[in-house]
Amino acid sequence: MLENRISRTLAIVISFVSVLVALLVWQILATQGLLGKNFPGSFETLKELAWWLSDPFFDNGPNDLGIGTNLLISLRRVLIGYGLAVLVAVPLGLLVGMSRIAESSVNPFMQLLKPVSPLAWLPIGLFVFRDSEITGIFVIFISSVWPTLINTAFGVTSINPDFLKVSRSLGASQFRTVVKVVLPAVMPNILAGMRISMGTAWLVIVAAEMLLGSGIGYFIWNEWNNLSLPNIFVAIIVIGFAGLMLDQIFGSLQKRFDYQA
Amino acid sequence: MSKVFSPELGLFDSLTRRRPTGYVALQDISLSIEKNTFVSIIGPSGCGKSTLLNLLAGLDRPSVGQILVNGERVRGPGPDRGIIFQNYALMPWLTALGNVEYAVETACSGLSRGQAKERAREYLAMVGLDRAMHRFPKQLSGGMKQRVAIARALSISPSILLMDEPFGALDALTRSYLQEEVLRIWEDRRVTVVLITHSIEEALLLSDQIVLMSRGPAATIADVINLPSLRPRQRSVIDQHPEFVDIKHRLEEHLLKETRAVEERT
Repeated sequence: MLENRISRTLAIVISFVSVLVALLVWQILATQGLLGKNFPGSFETLKELAWWLSDPFFDNGPNDLGIGTNLLISLRRVLIGYGLAVLVAVPLGLLVGMSRIAESSVNPFMQLLKPVSPLAWLPIGLFVFRDSEITGIFVIFISSVWPTLINTAFGVTSINPDFLKVSRSLGASQFRTVVKVVLPAVMPNILAGMRISMGTAWLVIVAAEMLLGSGIGYFIWNEWNNLSLPNIFVAIIVIGFAGLMLDQIFGSLQKRFDYQA
Repeated sequence: MSKVFSPELGLFDSLTRRRPTGYVALQDISLSIEKNTFVSIIGPSGCGKSTLLNLLAGLDRPSVGQILVNGERVRGPGPDRGIIFQNYALMPWLTALGNVEYAVETACSGLSRGQAKERAREYLAMVGLDRAMHRFPKQLSGGMKQRVAIARALSISPSILLMDEPFGALDALTRSYLQEEVLRIWEDRRVTVVLITHSIEEALLLSDQIVLMSRGPAATIADVINLPSLRPRQRSVIDQHPEFVDIKHRLEEHLLKETRAVEERT
């Protein structure tokens, strides 16, 4: 609220300068030893980042994978678990939004399980599946299902009732109304839910993988055991960029389905 | 209550609509509507006009009584009745053409895709929107949106057109224009029209018959007024034709009295 308008170029320049300043302050604090002995500075970290990015996809055994390889492992788990979650959450959300019976049956689970960290399911997954890969996907599924489900159901309850009246008055079947009216009407809510779900899934996968033995989260855990802080910073930067990309995809999808704008 | 049975169309037989909470919106409404006439239902706000329309549309069921269309009892919504809503109810993810097409495809299952599209185009042309049919609702003015809604309602060839304060959300100039458009279209292809309105001028300009409602709750019909059959009708007759002027005064008096009673109720 301090400035009304700044030009786009100026905004980019300011962001760029801000990052530069932060890197510089970080470097100074580190070389002065203010962050602990042997704490890496920004220069060292960027050098490491450049090295990891120069050959991102090598594979020298399970504890020595390229950062890109690890990222792909994590992305694969997220996309499978998340995809399954969306396949369950959207139809179930539509049902919950349309039927009081469905709402009452799903509500207790929704209320009780939504606030639980999905990581609490990790031991259960390991016990049931006896497989770290499937357990990872399972945990992502659990973490992704609620936001999409809740947003979809909410979207259904807030549909303009006139749309439904129009469809009914034309003699449309229940099925046709759901496919041709309810689903498109709720699309913005579904996408908003999917965006939140994706954000949560991307947060959860890093923590889950520390216990699962591969992927970008395990990479961090492994580098902690090697006491290689620059590599941990590299991972943080890579995770951040990957998350940003995923979010941007939904940002543009949401714009596409924003009927009001 | 005596039954007036029209051989042609439309009868509400001692209609009562009671909400589950016990609120009685309408009580003992009986009316028969002649085929291909234009009937306006006018009353103070909260008199159950929209409830009545929902009953006619089959979107609600009367607690007591029945509605007959062409001698058949109304049991639910159906494409023999087209509805026009105050807020257009156009689906924002479909173009003007898409909105009309959805109606045609839903209501006329015998038509092929191409035939449905052709029919939708034809009706959009009828309301003068042949050049705007690929636009989305957000790219249309209020008047254009309501014209799309009129095309949609008529495209399924209903025998009754139900209009729920269709011009209420429009500015005065657009409203006058659309009223005349509706007159023009109606002169061209007659259907039975039931118009819910709270505008006296609108009712006088458009109708063959005006149904005057008393205030709610338990609203009922206060009077049914037949207008002189001056067709095509000019806007000026409302102020000049002595019979119209007389009816206008009656309506104003009644509505003012009822509105005063509603507003001063504590």
